[in-house]
Amino acid sequence: MTDSVVGTRTVRHDGPELVQLLTPEGERVEHPEYSDYAAHLGPEDLRGFYRDLVLVRRVDAEATALQRQGELGLWASLLGQEAAQIGSGRATRPQDYVFPTYREHGVAWCRGVDPVTLLGLYRGVNLGGWDPHQNHFQLYTIVIGAQTLHATGYAMGVQRDGAVGTGDPDRDTAVIAYFGDGATSQGDVNEAFVFAAVTNAPVVFFCQNNQWAISEPNERQTRVPLYQRASGFGFPGVRVDGNDVLAVYAVTKAALDRARSGDGPMFIEAFTYRMGAHTTSDDPTRYRIAAEVEEWKLKDPIARLKAYLSRGGHADAEFFDAVDAESDEIATHVRSGCLALPDPEPESMFDHVYADPHPLLEEEREWFRGYHASFAAGEEVAR
Amino acid sequence: MTIAKAVNSGLRRAMEDDPKVLVMGEDVGKLGGVFRVTDGLQKDFGEDRVIDTPLAESGIVGTAIGLALRGFRPVAEIQFDGFIYPAYDQIVSQLAKMGYRSAGSVRLPVVIRVPYGGGIGAVEHHSESPEAYFAHTAGLRVVTCSTPADAYWMIQDAIASDDPVMFFEPKRRYWDKGDVDVDGGSDRAPLHRARVVRPGSQVTVAAYGPMVKTALQAAEAAAQEGKDVEVIDLRSLSPLDVDAVEESVRRTGRLVTVHEAPVFLGLGAELAARVTERCFYSLEAPVLRVGGFHIPYPPSRVEEEYLPDLDRVLDAVDRSLAF
Repeated sequence: MTDSVVGTRTVRHDGPELVQLLTPEGERVEHPEYSDYAAHLGPEDLRGFYRDLVLVRRVDAEATALQRQGELGLWASLLGQEAAQIGSGRATRPQDYVFPTYREHGVAWCRGVDPVTLLGLYRGVNLGGWDPHQNHFQLYTIVIGAQTLHATGYAMGVQRDGAVGTGDPDRDTAVIAYFGDGATSQGDVNEAFVFAAVTNAPVVFFCQNNQWAISEPNERQTRVPLYQRASGFGFPGVRVDGNDVLAVYAVTKAALDRARSGDGPMFIEAFTYRMGAHTTSDDPTRYRIAAEVEEWKLKDPIARLKAYLSRGGHADAEFFDAVDAESDEIATHVRSGCLALPDPEPESMFDHVYADPHPLLEEEREWFRGYHASFAAGEEVAR
Repeated sequence: MTIAKAVNSGLRRAMEDDPKVLVMGEDVGKLGGVFRVTDGLQKDFGEDRVIDTPLAESGIVGTAIGLALRGFRPVAEIQFDGFIYPAYDQIVSQLAKMGYRSAGSVRLPVVIRVPYGGGIGAVEHHSESPEAYFAHTAGLRVVTCSTPADAYWMIQDAIASDDPVMFFEPKRRYWDKGDVDVDGGSDRAPLHRARVVRPGSQVTVAAYGPMVKTALQAAEAAAQEGKDVEVIDLRSLSPLDVDAVEESVRRTGRLVTVHEAPVFLGLGAELAARVTERCFYSLEAPVLRVGGFHIPYPPSRVEEEYLPDLDRVLDAVDRSLAF
């Protein structure tokens, strides 16, 4: 591993352990272990990846703009992490199950979740609101790392259903849990590693190491490269270039295949960078230097795939223009969809707290209803 | 049978009835749990359904949530009350709220069994009464049993519920015996209902879990002095069956609440406030509370001074009658 000092902190660069299939310049390179997992991808697949990357970046940009205009209370941007999310998301199969944090807008896209659906939580009209079983995409989880245990438990359930190692590609199921570098310090994440390891659960732990947990650099979370931690728990860990959609796809596919076949968990550290703020409430200029951001711009996931597609003659200007046009359409969809999200009826806040009736809750709902009705009655009298 | 055996039999029956029911926790397998409540279950249902977990409470609850998302009905054991705190986030932020956050599209039928309370001479962290923390959290149901019959039926009803249920087991009463009508006769009451366990006309004593027996003993002693005490076993702490207590207080005009947990901000305070609001003109005396002090659970050599006993209950009954 080569280290260089940028400002006051050490930035770890790509070393021999970093799996890469596409260099930052867009050159296709081979990897002895993982090339095979991307070998079946043709130009059309890669164009599809490119389209995904551009569209989710546009969704993200539009959501950030909506927050700035006061339409969202908060937004957690994925800028810079598109390849980590699209590469891994596209490696999942329909029967697989995803447990995200609150930033996996690109993975949601791959699972077929309408981007507008993701806005409800951030606009404050619901707390997530979607049916996790519909797209096998769990609700966003705000408490850091909590979802890794849910993923592991779900994977233990998959085992009990006999949906592992049957050899049937439509039946064998894997689970993937997303989290950030900061989450690796959480007890829950480490407990999830223990449970997954000793039960050999079909779960892939996908860490997007974007270098920053709000203002705290990676060095505040760990003294060893994160992927190396996996070996201490008894399963493989791998570091992949998180800005290389092809490599992320290959590594994730390998890990998911492994889990589905019954070989147990795996840890993936997608080495990437959060180009923007932690959320729209954050100001990264207070804690990191511009040079670091500039350096990572050179590794942009979209630019490198575009370079590869162009140079290899796999896509022409017409294709790129079409994707740009489509991104304008999706921006419009996100905007109009956001503005159309209805505020919840106040009384609906009492809904769905329990599956079965709960007398206390019903009592409070009745009171609330009566209280509001009393104002209506007052207005009647005033007339 | 004993309460411990009743929970065991209830678990067994639930597992027989529904292959999706799982039992999980520390030492629940071969050992049968440190209180032997899960004795023999792994032998009969296998390691896939009776899971010895790693020693990680948050992990136990968190993976139980994942299993429930996959369609299972896990019954997770937290070995002792004082060990539940590492799992607190998973219980109150995840288990309690996921149904709400998903607008009802997800339900988590998870039961968390917690042997709780003192009186067994244990070392620290083994004798606590944390039930109020959980009753304060919307999305959870919190129940506790005091008899073998209730233990047998309530654990099955808790497992059958589509809501997460905190199931508190009074560990000092594990070895108390009582009849259980396993055919489900008169001794089966709905999970959220309180029960009058001793009728009386002068003072209502509302207790739950380990304190029900103490309250009954106090009522017995009071009867010898000519005082007629009604004892209610609350059974469910969330929802709290205020209707049952109200009905009783309207007759007796007096209420004493009893629990092991600290009095301050405890279940008794909630009950006092609600009953006062509903029965203000029926009350002959202020609602009095008997419970633990606002101290950490003390060393076992003095726990008998900490725990409400028959005399503390009687003292409150006398004070109530003196108004």
